[in-house]
Amino acid sequence: MRRLAFALMLALTAPAFAADPSEMLKDPALEHRAEKLGKELRCLVCQSESIEDSNADLAKDLRIIVREQIQNGKSDAEVKKFVVDRYGDYVLLKPPFKAGTLVLWLGPFAFLLVGIGAAWAFYRRRGTATDSAAPLAPAPLTEAEKRRLAALLKEEK
Amino acid sequence: MRRLLFALPLVGFLALAAVFKWGLGHDPRLLPSMLIDRPVPEMSLPPLPGRPADSGLATADLKGRVSLVNIYGSWCISCIQEHPYLMQLKKAGVTIHGIDWRDDPVEGAKWLQKHGDPYDRVGADPAPGRAAIDFGVTGAPETFIVDKAGVIRYKHIGPIGPEVWKTTLAPIVQELSK
Repeated sequence: MRRLAFALMLALTAPAFAADPSEMLKDPALEHRAEKLGKELRCLVCQSESIEDSNADLAKDLRIIVREQIQNGKSDAEVKKFVVDRYGDYVLLKPPFKAGTLVLWLGPFAFLLVGIGAAWAFYRRRGTATDSAAPLAPAPLTEAEKRRLAALLKEEK
Repeated sequence: MRRLLFALPLVGFLALAAVFKWGLGHDPRLLPSMLIDRPVPEMSLPPLPGRPADSGLATADLKGRVSLVNIYGSWCISCIQEHPYLMQLKKAGVTIHGIDWRDDPVEGAKWLQKHGDPYDRVGADPAPGRAAIDFGVTGAPETFIVDKAGVIRYKHIGPIGPEVWKTTLAPIVQELSK
């Protein structure tokens, strides 16, 4: 019974939403857009949270302003531009794909290619190494060695 | 050549160590401002209660001479820290304007009465702090240097003290005042 109560308690403590119900727009479609947009905008105070998740005052202000603009008929791109004009690309949790961010976006793929290249070169070299190693196989035993081996084996018995 | 390959992990390690060392000494809060070399945003902030009707802060007030625009609030701890130095700068003839950010304007006015008023003009920007957001403010205190044409030329994040003033801010103000 106690376990059940505990499980119930865990289930009920769903993640709290930072957005104050009083901030929410009445139109669910607009509110949905605002939330989606807010999730893509970085809180400038806590930096690893979106403004939708953050309790910081500045995040609250930005949530309110995003909602205001959406209510005034601004498109998502216009609202984003408003925030980026003031806080820079840094405010976008997903950075835009442009000249200044090419290294950021393509860097991982470049490293992957370098890795694949290195692995390919390594295995190719190892492949040829085993081929050329064949002539290095141990030379057959000489007569003297054969006799000594036979003697040693006899001793064991 | 192949022998040099053995040094590769060491080189990689040193490169990573350098990146980490830079990261440790680097404050992620110090973001470059988007407003540098852009005109002061359009604003017309009312004065604090109990002050002359024309003591608020509007965009046009920032034209004509080099000035500092300082973001403060009665709730802001670091603002108390920099406050005595702002008083000194005022005495030295520097024009400083204040924006009372995310504050009850009554509290903002009381704070200035208690600690002294270093400002030429003060505008109230209560929550949601529209003017501050137009300035790209991320916290208080923050200080902008505005040139004679009303263009923002520099942004300083955090309190101003003698050190920052002499090495960084004063030379910019002097240059712009020419």
